[in-house]
Amino acid sequence: MTASMTDSRLRTFIAHVEDLPGVLNRVTSLFRRRSYNIESLAVGRTHEAGVSRMTLVIEADDHGARRIEANLYKLVNVLRVEETAQRATVARELALIKVRADAGSRPAVVQVCEVFRARVIDVAPEALICEITGPAAKIDGFVDVLAPFGVVEMVRTGAVAMVRSAAGSDRAARRGPDDRDDRGDDGDDRDDRLPDDRRDARDAA
Amino acid sequence: MTEPGERRRTGAQILWEALHREGVEIVFGYPGGAIMPAYDALLDSPIRHVLVRHEQGAAHMADGYARASGKVGVAIATSGPGATNLVTGIATAMLDSVPIVCITGQVSSHVIGTDAFQETDITGVTLPITKHNYLVTRVDQIAAAVREAFYVARSGRPGPVLIDITKDAQQATAVPAWSDAPVCLRGYRPEHRARQGDLARAAAMIDAAKRPVILAGHGIVKACASELLGEFVERTGAPVASTLLGLGGFPASHRLALGMMGMHGEAWVNQAIQEADLLVALGMRFDDRVTGNPATFAVGARKIHCELDPAEINKTVRVDLALVGDVKATLRGLLPLVASAERRGWIDRIAALKGDSAVRDIQHLPHHGRLFAAHVLHDLWRITEGKALIVSDVGQHQMWEAQYYKHDYPRQLLTSGGLGTMGFALPAAIGARFAMPELEIWVIAGDGGFQMTACELSTAAQEGIKLNIAIINNGYLGMVRQWQEFFYDGRYSATPLRSPDFVKLAEAHGLTGLRVTRREDVAAAVAAARATPGAVVIDFRVEQEDSVYPMVPAGAALHDMIRRPSPIVE
Repeated sequence: MTASMTDSRLRTFIAHVEDLPGVLNRVTSLFRRRSYNIESLAVGRTHEAGVSRMTLVIEADDHGARRIEANLYKLVNVLRVEETAQRATVARELALIKVRADAGSRPAVVQVCEVFRARVIDVAPEALICEITGPAAKIDGFVDVLAPFGVVEMVRTGAVAMVRSAAGSDRAARRGPDDRDDRGDDGDDRDDRLPDDRRDARDAA
Repeated sequence: MTEPGERRRTGAQILWEALHREGVEIVFGYPGGAIMPAYDALLDSPIRHVLVRHEQGAAHMADGYARASGKVGVAIATSGPGATNLVTGIATAMLDSVPIVCITGQVSSHVIGTDAFQETDITGVTLPITKHNYLVTRVDQIAAAVREAFYVARSGRPGPVLIDITKDAQQATAVPAWSDAPVCLRGYRPEHRARQGDLARAAAMIDAAKRPVILAGHGIVKACASELLGEFVERTGAPVASTLLGLGGFPASHRLALGMMGMHGEAWVNQAIQEADLLVALGMRFDDRVTGNPATFAVGARKIHCELDPAEINKTVRVDLALVGDVKATLRGLLPLVASAERRGWIDRIAALKGDSAVRDIQHLPHHGRLFAAHVLHDLWRITEGKALIVSDVGQHQMWEAQYYKHDYPRQLLTSGGLGTMGFALPAAIGARFAMPELEIWVIAGDGGFQMTACELSTAAQEGIKLNIAIINNGYLGMVRQWQEFFYDGRYSATPLRSPDFVKLAEAHGLTGLRVTRREDVAAAVAAARATPGAVVIDFRVEQEDSVYPMVPAGAALHDMIRRPSPIVE
C-alpha cells in the first residue's frame, strides 16, 4: 500500500469482546505482530453479561488503522470494533497523582485541584493524592501545573472512549469492517488543555 | 441436550465420539504422556489412526488429506515437544487456508504453569498461526470445543484450529451433551454476500473492458467453483491467469488458459497482466510472489476483487471494486449480468506476447542426453496424461512442476504456497492417499526438502500405501543456489548438498528404489513405478545448476523478468 506515513497519529479503537481467558492476549497479539506500541489500554466489563470492552490507543496511519480494524474482526472472540477517528467520540481517563504538599503549599495545591475539578482523596502531612478525570490533554495540563510542587507518584488508566449518540454502538455491531460510513470528526478532545464548562455541557448533551 | 440412554464416559471417549460425529474417519498422530488417555480410548473407536514418525508429518498429512478431499483433516499429538513439532504444519495450513483440527494433550490442569514435564503453552505458541484455538481443562467442555473447532476450521475462509486438552479432562467422566443445532458464535460471522448493486457495477466494468484478465486463485478450488468459472470465461471471453495454488481450478488445456502468473509465471502471462485494462481477481490475495512490486503491478488496470475474507481487501493492492463473499456465489450472481464477448484482438495480442517464449522453452532445446528437471516433469505429465494428483515440495522443482505439469483438474496439485514449507510433499501425499484411495499420486520433491521429512517413508511402508516419489536430485538447495547465482555473485554459501543413496534408503524401508540419469530412461522408470505396489522412490539425477526461468526478482515489476538465455550454450 502506498499510504504515506504523514497521516500517522494517535487513534482510539473500541473493541467489544467476549469476556473469556486469553482474549486480551489475542487482541494485543495483533498489535505486537505488527510492531505497534500500545499507548494505552483500558479493559472492563460492560452492561452486557459476558462482554468486555477494550479501549486501545495506538499510533497508526489510515492504512494501518484499516488493517487493524479488519484483523480485529477476524478474531473469533471479537464481537465488534469501533475506530473512532471518523466518528464523534468522547474519551476520558482517570489519574491518581500524589503531589508534595505541606502545611505551607497545601492551600495552593488544593486551589489548583479546584480549578481543574480534581478531587483530593487523601491527605498526609507531606503529600496529598488528587483524583482527576478528563481528556488526556486536561490531565497533562493538570500534571504540568502540579509539577512545581513535586509529583511523587502518578497512575493513569488510559483512555476509555464512547461514540456519541445512543445508537452509535449498535449500528457498528451490524456492519463489517469493509463498509464503514465516514462521518465528520466534530468532537475531538485533543486540543483541550484546560477545564471547560462549555465542553462538559456539550459532552452531557 | 443429553440424549436418553447417554451414559457417563471419560473425556477421552467423548473426544473420539465427538470426532466421529463430525464425520472424521482417520487421524494422523503420535502418542505421548499427556495424550495417553485419548490413545487408550482410540482402541474402542471406529476412527483409523495413522502413526507418523514426527508430528510435523501428522500436521502435513492432515493438511494433504484436507486439500485433496475438501474435508477437515485431523492431527493429534502429545504435550510439549509433540505439540511444538506440529507448529510448522499448522503455519503451513494457516497461510494456505486449509481446514485442519489439531488435538494436543496438555499436562493436568492443576500443574499448568509450573513448568511440568513436557509442558508447553501451545495455545500461546499457536495463537498467531491458528484461525482459533482452545484450551480445554474440563471434561464438560470437550464436546462443544470439538464442534466449534470443526465449524470454525471449515467455515468462511478455512484454517487450522487447535484444541489443547488437559490430561485430567481426558480422564474425568461426564454424561456428554450433544447438540445438533447449528453452531453460533457471537463474534464470528464467516458468511458474506456481494451486494446486487456491486455485482451490476462489476458486470458493467467487465463488459466495458477491452483487455480483461481473470486471476484465478486457491479460492476457486476451495469453493468448488471450477465449473462456474468455466462458464464465466466462455461468456466473457476473458483469459485466465492462475496463481500457484489456483492451478487446476481452470483447465490448463483450455484455449483461454494463460498459465501461472507471478515470480516464475510465464513471460506472456505477466505481460498480459501488465497490459490489461481490467483484472478480475477471484479467490486470490495478491501475494507478493504474484504481484512483484505492488506499486508497478498492473497500473493501467481497474481491479475487481472477489474474496471471502474482508481483511484481504486493499491489503497490498488497492482495488476499484470489492465483492466480498463466497466466490461461487459471486460468480453465480455475475453470470447473468455479463454480456457475451469474444475479445479477439486481445487474445491475438496475448498470442503475440508469447513471442520467443517457445524457443526459449527447455522442451524445444536439444538435451544431448542430459537430464533436465523440466524433462522429467514434462514426461511425467505426458505419461500420466495429466491425470495424476501431484504433491510438490518447495523450491525449483515446485516451479518446474507448476510450469510443465499441465493441471486440468482441481485438487490435483497440492503444494505449500504461502509458507513455502520444505518437507511438505511426502507427508501431505500420505494424507492425500487416504483421501483419494484410487487416484494415482506422485510426490515431486527436491533432494533437500525430501530429507526434511524423509522419515515418513517409514509411515508409508507401515501403512502399505501406494505412492510414487520422484526426487529431483541436483545436489544443491537449488532455489537458494539460483538466487546466489543471480543476486549474490555466484557465492554458493551452504547450498551444495550431499544426500544418502535414495535407492538404498527406499530399500532399507522395504520399498523399491530406482535411479534415472538419462532422459531416455525416464519413461521406463515411471512405468516401473506405476506397476510396482507400495511406495516407489525414483532418484532423478538432473542437471545440477539449471535455473527456473523466467524469474521476476523479488520486489521488481512483473514485466521485469530474467529470461532463460536463448539458446542454451553448451
